[in-house]
Amino acid sequence: MTQAVAIPAPQPVSIPIREILPYAILVSVLALAALYFVSTDNNAMTLMAEGYVHEFLHDGRHLMAFPCH
Amino acid sequence: MMRTLLVRGLLAGLLGGVVAAVFAYVVGQPLMDAAIEVEEAAAHGHDHGDPLVGRGVQSTFGLLVAHAAYGVAIGGLFSLLFALAYGRFGAWSPRAYAAVLATGAFLAVSLVPFLAYPANPPGVGEASSVNARTAAYFGLLAISVVAAGIALYVATRLTGRWGGFNTGIALTAGYLAVVTVSGVLLPGFDEADGFPAELLWDFRVAALGNLVVFWVVLGVAFGALAQRSLPAHASASAQATGLRQAGAS
Ligand SMILES: [Zn+2]
Repeated sequence: MTQAVAIPAPQPVSIPIREILPYAILVSVLALAALYFVSTDNNAMTLMAEGYVHEFLHDGRHLMAFPCH
Repeated sequence: MMRTLLVRGLLAGLLGGVVAAVFAYVVGQPLMDAAIEVEEAAAHGHDHGDPLVGRGVQSTFGLLVAHAAYGVAIGGLFSLLFALAYGRFGAWSPRAYAAVLATGAFLAVSLVPFLAYPANPPGVGEASSVNARTAAYFGLLAISVVAAGIALYVATRLTGRWGGFNTGIALTAGYLAVVTVSGVLLPGFDEADGFPAELLWDFRVAALGNLVVFWVVLGVAFGALAQRSLPAHASASAQATGLRQAGAS
């Protein structure tokens, strides 16, 4: 049969998990590290940067609803 | 494709963070200043006394950097969520996926933890309980995110059998039961003693509004960017499917 084939309606094509996985690992680690810096009133951080980073990000932490002080 | 989506997620997150920072500066900073005045007048708890970083920097550049960093990190994670979900719940457009996922992520990541542990301005909360409050907040956040993730995964399995509507109702109820019980069991903190109620309410509304602004901008911007990259991908694949079908017949 060589009849014209009906053009299928555009279907969303899901992205294979194996394509997502390497990005998922890398991005999760980096993003969680960044969120840890921003969101927590953290002692290790305070020691590391002598409190500068902690105070620098202070108002953002309060206004993004993270527990602060 | 994942690489493209990731870059777009980072950009949309950055934009959301910057817009939210402007909102936080305009709406939130006057309340921060008022709260710090109350805190210093009360002179109990943590004393900001002689800050390492000036208040002027904390309330402007620091505020912007905190929001931008949060935005980029969440934007990257959101692109992963989008990539995992896209095409697995039905034939919606990329924009619709982004809007639904951003709404759900706002509920699970921001609103549910906020309802149990709402934002506190300086002057509310004992210094001695900050570690316990942090642990409880992130504990509930983790429970909420894991429960929502499990619900999403189960939804992909159940939708075929139960239909989208019943599956949605059942899994939403299950998720709400898990976070409600968790919120009741986790410790509560009653530490607003003497702080002006009106100012506390206004601050919490501002903080919640700030999170809403962030997620709305992230969802809309990511949807617009994904819409531009995914249709070509989808129609090319659909054409390939059509060609395969034509070859087989
Ligand atoms: Zn603080």
